[in-house]
Amino acid sequence: MSAASTTSNKFVVGLWDHEEVYLHAIEHIRHKGIEIYDSLTPFPVHGLEDALGYKESRLHTAGFFFGATGMTLALTFMTWVMTTNYPINFGGKPYWPVPSFIPITFELTVLFSAWGMTLTYLVRNKLWPGRVPRIYDKRTTDDRFALVFDAEKLSDADISSIKEVCKKEGAVEVKDKVFAENEGL
Amino acid sequence: MHAYESEFREPLINGLDKNYTKITDDLVAPTERNSTMWWIATLLTGAGAAFFVFCLGWTVWFGIGTWGLNKTVGWAWDITNFVWWIGIGHAGTLISAILLLFRQRYRTGINRAAEAMTIFAVICAGMFPIFHMGRVWDAGFIFPLPNTRGPLWVNFNSPLLWDVFAISTYFSVSLLFWYSGLMPDFGTIRDRAKGKWRKYIYNILSFGWQGSAKQWQRFESLSLVLAGLSTPLVLSVHTIVSFDFATSVIPGWHTTIFPPYFVAGAIFSGFAMVETLMLFSRKLFSLEDYITINHIESMNKIIVLTGSIVGIAYLTELFIAWYSGALYEQFAFYNRIFGKYLWAYAMMMSCNVLSPQLYWFKSMRRNLWVTFILSIFVNIGMWFERFVIIVTSLADDYLPSSWAYFSPTWVDIGIYTGSISVFLFLFLLFSRFFPTIAIAEVKAIFRISSEAAKAQRAKEANATHGGYVGAYKVGPLDKDSRG
Repeated sequence: MSAASTTSNKFVVGLWDHEEVYLHAIEHIRHKGIEIYDSLTPFPVHGLEDALGYKESRLHTAGFFFGATGMTLALTFMTWVMTTNYPINFGGKPYWPVPSFIPITFELTVLFSAWGMTLTYLVRNKLWPGRVPRIYDKRTTDDRFALVFDAEKLSDADISSIKEVCKKEGAVEVKDKVFAENEGL
Repeated sequence: MHAYESEFREPLINGLDKNYTKITDDLVAPTERNSTMWWIATLLTGAGAAFFVFCLGWTVWFGIGTWGLNKTVGWAWDITNFVWWIGIGHAGTLISAILLLFRQRYRTGINRAAEAMTIFAVICAGMFPIFHMGRVWDAGFIFPLPNTRGPLWVNFNSPLLWDVFAISTYFSVSLLFWYSGLMPDFGTIRDRAKGKWRKYIYNILSFGWQGSAKQWQRFESLSLVLAGLSTPLVLSVHTIVSFDFATSVIPGWHTTIFPPYFVAGAIFSGFAMVETLMLFSRKLFSLEDYITINHIESMNKIIVLTGSIVGIAYLTELFIAWYSGALYEQFAFYNRIFGKYLWAYAMMMSCNVLSPQLYWFKSMRRNLWVTFILSIFVNIGMWFERFVIIVTSLADDYLPSSWAYFSPTWVDIGIYTGSISVFLFLFLLFSRFFPTIAIAEVKAIFRISSEAAKAQRAKEANATHGGYVGAYKVGPLDKDSRG
């Protein structure tokens, strides 16, 4: 599914202009046993990952563990400082004032969870400043919903049947897209 | 498939000619054209920002003695400005996070600019405590850094330290939230860029965004969890700011009502500042179809709610001061209302509590001039609230021989007005080069909440059932919804 996991350079791209038609098309195309290489949309289309059969993202689970790390770090560090490394008597108050630790523990939990999740998101989505992505069609960030089919190993007959199916399912445009070797990977 | 929305509900995207292409064109347009107005405004605020830097340099060179502080009033405009800016910074995260969790679709028109405003406001806020430290080059030691004195660590019991953690976390998480939302829109600008350099720069800014289904899936997961994290975060920030005062033993500060009262005040002032800026930018960049009167009315409802909460908090404070029987507390509040800062208290009460009551009337909520003037009033009133809390409690302390009056110097005034220039300067840069409205998010509500989609549905229903959907024909039902 992911764009960078193969070295294919030859694709068929179908473009739709209405997300509801597009979602039905995906269902029908998958039902026919045609493999969809990638799907590009200008905004998050509700129900798209179900139509494509994607599993739920595990990003939030990662967020939980990052948060737990931040929380543990905050509590252990403050405990170590106040009780072991440099205990100070603040007017006879306890050396281990747990209620005072709540705000900083909370903040560090949020900080670690947010940063950890965002960095995981960037790594998993292969996003970094300066990355040159493969643009199958410039209008997929504007007003077109695209389905990309890997045409590298397909016969000409298969390719033309995919094109036909796309048109029948309401695609406004179907085209070939060939990238130079390793372009934008 | 789509979430259901009543056809009677006023649209959030006006204009029957709207479609995805038009939305992209309209929302990217401000980044693609030059404007003389923009240049004038940017140069003016840039000059103000330079004066801000000059005044800070003056402060560092000659010391805090150049401010109007005296031995009695050790905190004045600096902390007033700090709390004021932090409060303004609250609306962005509230709009983007809390309204996302509550599935309020009107957030999509205003969230991007409000989040940007949050970031710039927190930058301005941070300047005040940092420069109030005096030896600003040692500011890094507000964090628990290893050092050669033991190491002697920071005091984890201190609300001032909690503030350091709260504000730096708030700043960085808001930045992540804002930027992760910007990446897809930078991708949109990149893909329609004409010049090579423009394409190159916006591609770097977009982090190479493609918009694949998997990317969007993770994007939605990220923004939902960040919203879930930011919601308690935004409430914690002003709670902790209020602890700076509430955990002290100064009459007028030592009150348990402070956290909710400060949070409500922060949202109140933040929405006012969003309105001030939005009323300008919707005009300057012709975004009236996307930031509609409906959006403004929704914000005004929040302003009347939070303004009234703040009003009740003021009255509760007075009641509790009387009811507690604590003499010093009673004096502090009597002195606040009838003492030498009477004028400041009157400003606070009239701007914050009385003026928003106009918003009980629908015609007032939907009037742009009233909204603009009131948003300025609220900003002034909320500045005075912080001034009243901080300065009146300090000026007349436990020892009458040391009672004093605070007057600002030119440096105080320069830093404060300069910080407003810095804020506007950053916002102007943002609105010229970044998409001011979240393009992808507006497209995501297009089929549900736009005037064009509603009219289309009414037309289809008319064809199949021979009637209307509700009373909705080809335009909004509400006669005053077109602004």
